[in-house]
Amino acid sequence: MRIFDPHIHMTSRTTDDYEAMYAAGVRAVVEPAFWLGQPRTSPASFIDYFDSLLGWEPFRAAQYGIAHHCTIALNPKEANDPRCAPVLDVLPRYLVKDNVVAVGEIGYDSMTPAEDSALAVQLQLAADHELPALVHTPHRDKLTGLRRTLDVVRESPLPLERVLIDHLNETTVKEAKDAGCWLGFSVYPDTKMDEDRMVAILREYGPDQVLVNSAADWGRSDPLKTRKVGDAMLHAGFTDDDVDRVLWRNPVAFYGLSGRLALDVADPDATDTHEGNSILRGGE
Amino acid sequence: MTAAPSVSELRSRLEAVLGGAARAWLDQATAEATANPAADTSPSARLPSPGLAAPVWELRFAEAGRRCGPDHADAARLVLLHAARADTTTLTRLYEQGTAAERRAILAALPHLAPGPDALPLVEDALRTNDTRLVATALGPYAATHLAPHHWRHAVLKCLFTGVPVDSVADLARRCRGDAELARMLGDYAAERAAAGRTVPGDLYRVLALTDLANTADAASDSLDAVDAAPDAADAVSGSVDAADTPSDSTATGSGRPGHTAPTSPARTPPARTGSPAGPERHGAPSTPIGEEQES
Repeated sequence: MRIFDPHIHMTSRTTDDYEAMYAAGVRAVVEPAFWLGQPRTSPASFIDYFDSLLGWEPFRAAQYGIAHHCTIALNPKEANDPRCAPVLDVLPRYLVKDNVVAVGEIGYDSMTPAEDSALAVQLQLAADHELPALVHTPHRDKLTGLRRTLDVVRESPLPLERVLIDHLNETTVKEAKDAGCWLGFSVYPDTKMDEDRMVAILREYGPDQVLVNSAADWGRSDPLKTRKVGDAMLHAGFTDDDVDRVLWRNPVAFYGLSGRLALDVADPDATDTHEGNSILRGGE
Repeated sequence: MTAAPSVSELRSRLEAVLGGAARAWLDQATAEATANPAADTSPSARLPSPGLAAPVWELRFAEAGRRCGPDHADAARLVLLHAARADTTTLTRLYEQGTAAERRAILAALPHLAPGPDALPLVEDALRTNDTRLVATALGPYAATHLAPHHWRHAVLKCLFTGVPVDSVADLARRCRGDAELARMLGDYAAERAAAGRTVPGDLYRVLALTDLANTADAASDSLDAVDAAPDAADAVSGSVDAADTPSDSTATGSGRPGHTAPTSPARTPPARTGSPAGPERHGAPSTPIGEEQES
């Protein structure tokens, strides 16, 4: 089973996790920029974080045979802090980087005017940089948040077909699907979705444009939830092809909209040409 | 830079292997770089600046990986830096704002673009990282010419710690020759490994042999290439250290580099994965700083 986790915060995870993920079949991840649990107080702190997502973390992932890409954005929670908002001015120079495959996570947290503004600005940035967008839906007042999100996207230059709406559940999946968005589901130990509910949603709505992620971070979460969903799908009678579509081809198709996905790292036969192993190249 | 290919030669090689679209992109980007020389020398240029305000060639520099493919990105970026006549101020800004791949390209470009030691802070920054791709590239011909002995010795030791093959260190033989202080550090490191019951990296003995004043570079490294690392070899190491009694910084003054060792001898690219975790499907680079010799 080859697995692409389209949303996981590896910065917060250990090398044990990388090992276990590789053993479970994970060969590619996308790490969305988000908050770190402790609120930041300046754009400089974001800059170091973005640099890590484009430097150290992909290197770390490569040691374990996993291709690492990222999405870059000012997250909705910290968009409310006027000390952080100036990071919006720095985003353009990150959005041109090779490893950036979307603008994200953007969206709503508390649905404030500051969040409205940051969301609209960053959807425009996504369109300007020919990137898709990863849009998180809020934990609180989720359905209202989804509707407001879809309204803002419709008013933006970014087509709905280039938007992945994440953290969906039974109450929000239908409207997101009807709008034509890509559908993201985060499977967690306690909150968000679980494996069996995920299988039920796949039965009802089918695997088209569905992405499943672990969204594992510094909180209680499980970086192997993608594999567990794959196993649950097979147990429920889905085919290997269905599993491959949800856990590999759909995320490849969505982030492939950026034109910047490079997945050769995961091919065992290609390790000697992978840049992580091409240590001698720099001396040529 | 005596034996290194010129930028125009590198560009010709690059154009020969690129597909049509990538070649057209490179032509356009090179023209933009030529027309937009790095003119921004204001102090604010060192600060993070909005990308849209950056010269267009700098955006091309960033996107070289997806336009030319990761295998050709370093060469493409060098061509653009050269066309833009990037000075140390510009190189520093691009390095500071760069991804790991962009930083590596800038480090590799230094021998072509930085005439003096002003860009050394970039090399020193790269050598502080645990990214072995950056460490290896930082130890190219520019570091061989300019890096001070203390930093250079620590860099060589770091290669042994993190599994970067010493074949990737430019001018290794010339800079090692007669370096008693490096020999002492190598002996101490071997003793530390032996005390811990760990193997000594085979590269250590090769470097140690090169510190002998009498060594004749390639012959010495070849004869010791196959030294079998073993914990009980530490005594022999100490003996060699005693023989090297030249002043410690005697290698610092070389400027011509006739003895530049070829960095990529195909017959000698050992996996050297001293610190890699075991596992049949392991993809680790030649050793990882995440292994047993964590550099932190």
